Amino acid sequence: MIDKKLGKEIIARRVAKELRDGQLVNLGIGLPTKIANYIPEGIEVSFQSENGMTGLEKLSESDKENEDIINAGGGYVGVLENGAFFDTSFSFGLIRGGHVDLTVLGALEVDKMGNLASWIIPGKLVPGMGGAMDLVTGAKKVIIAMLHTAKGKPKILEECTLPLTAKGVIDLIVTELGVMEVTDEGIVLKEINKDTTIEEIKSLTACELIIDDDLQVMEI
Amino acid sequence: MNKLVSENQIKPLLKNGLVIMIGGFLGCGTPEKIIDLIIESGIKDLTIIGNDTSYEDKGIGRLIVNRQVKKVITSHIGTNPVTGQLMNSGELEVELSPQGTLIERIRAGGYGLGGVLTPTGVGTLVEEGKKVLDIDEKEYLLEMPIRADMALVRGSIVDTFGNTIYKGTTRNFNPMIAMAADTVIVEAEELVKPGELDKESIITPGVLVDYIIN
Repeated sequence: MIDKKLGKEIIARRVAKELRDGQLVNLGIGLPTKIANYIPEGIEVSFQSENGMTGLEKLSESDKENEDIINAGGGYVGVLENGAFFDTSFSFGLIRGGHVDLTVLGALEVDKMGNLASWIIPGKLVPGMGGAMDLVTGAKKVIIAMLHTAKGKPKILEECTLPLTAKGVIDLIVTELGVMEVTDEGIVLKEINKDTTIEEIKSLTACELIIDDDLQVMEI
Repeated sequence: MNKLVSENQIKPLLKNGLVIMIGGFLGCGTPEKIIDLIIESGIKDLTIIGNDTSYEDKGIGRLIVNRQVKKVITSHIGTNPVTGQLMNSGELEVELSPQGTLIERIRAGGYGLGGVLTPTGVGTLVEEGKKVLDIDEKEYLLEMPIRADMALVRGSIVDTFGNTIYKGTTRNFNPMIAMAADTVIVEAEELVKPGELDKESIITPGVLVDYIIN
């Protein structure tokens, strides 16, 4: 088994390879935020924070605390020379209007139809959806970055059991065990971590996993 | 017309049962001095509309903790555990709206629109009780406008007419709520004279503002 901390780093490193030059990208709070630490060389992307800015600096680079500038997680951040500030209506215009090329978010559950559940566990935890519903509805590409299981239980299911964030919106799922594409036929395993096996990843996935004919080793 | 008032002149405006929009995102861009006044006034049964319920010791979160709120319309309550506790015990009604939908409902309220059509929330709990419209083979939810009795805005640099500039990410909900309430109060971090602001940079024109506190 790959431990959680290493698992999250593997996920962040792999998702970073999906970034393309010139993209506008929105990273969710938590694990997805770490992706900004692994931007491939020679690639320039702009990060948006839905509370009202583009040109987010990498968290680690921001030593100058300015309480007028926060990211969507409430942490103080810096702004790049090419950044801009705007109000929430404009910010979600960028999101719903299809101007955001890629969003990367975490999940409680996902399923083979590309459905996402991430905002509520009824009776237990009700953080609210914040901007997640708009992000997955509006962004051109949606990547879910999450550990493959929660306390050993699969998070990739035949059908989500929790209330949905949105229906059929997921393009790609990246876990510490592999990279999976959501297709009309179901979930296709495209890449696999060299430290796991097809049998193990299948046993930790609660829906059929189609193995790609051209299955690759996950590059980290 | 003198909009610049003392904190004591604001207090008579604060009444039980008001519907109040409050600017800010996790407390960034929230007028904390006006929050202080509401706490001092002890008014109750408020309906609060804002992006989130902040933290227990900040912004909207302080009003929740102080049990002054009857209902909150917001997109996120996860950073303030008291909101969830009061919701579960039935002491607080929470209406969750996706962030982009919430701001558009406020915009519709302020811009005189009868509602907004958004694809966000289709096929989820958010759809419940709402009209779904099929437009060019895509489904949209009809989301209704919201307005408030009062909007509490935090401006970074404000002139004495109420023209307002926001620094950094403090802007968030502030410009929209200033359009959608009967009474608009701006808390100025820095106060200047009319003419001192670059007019092209003004985000909220002073014509929208009723009262300014410094």
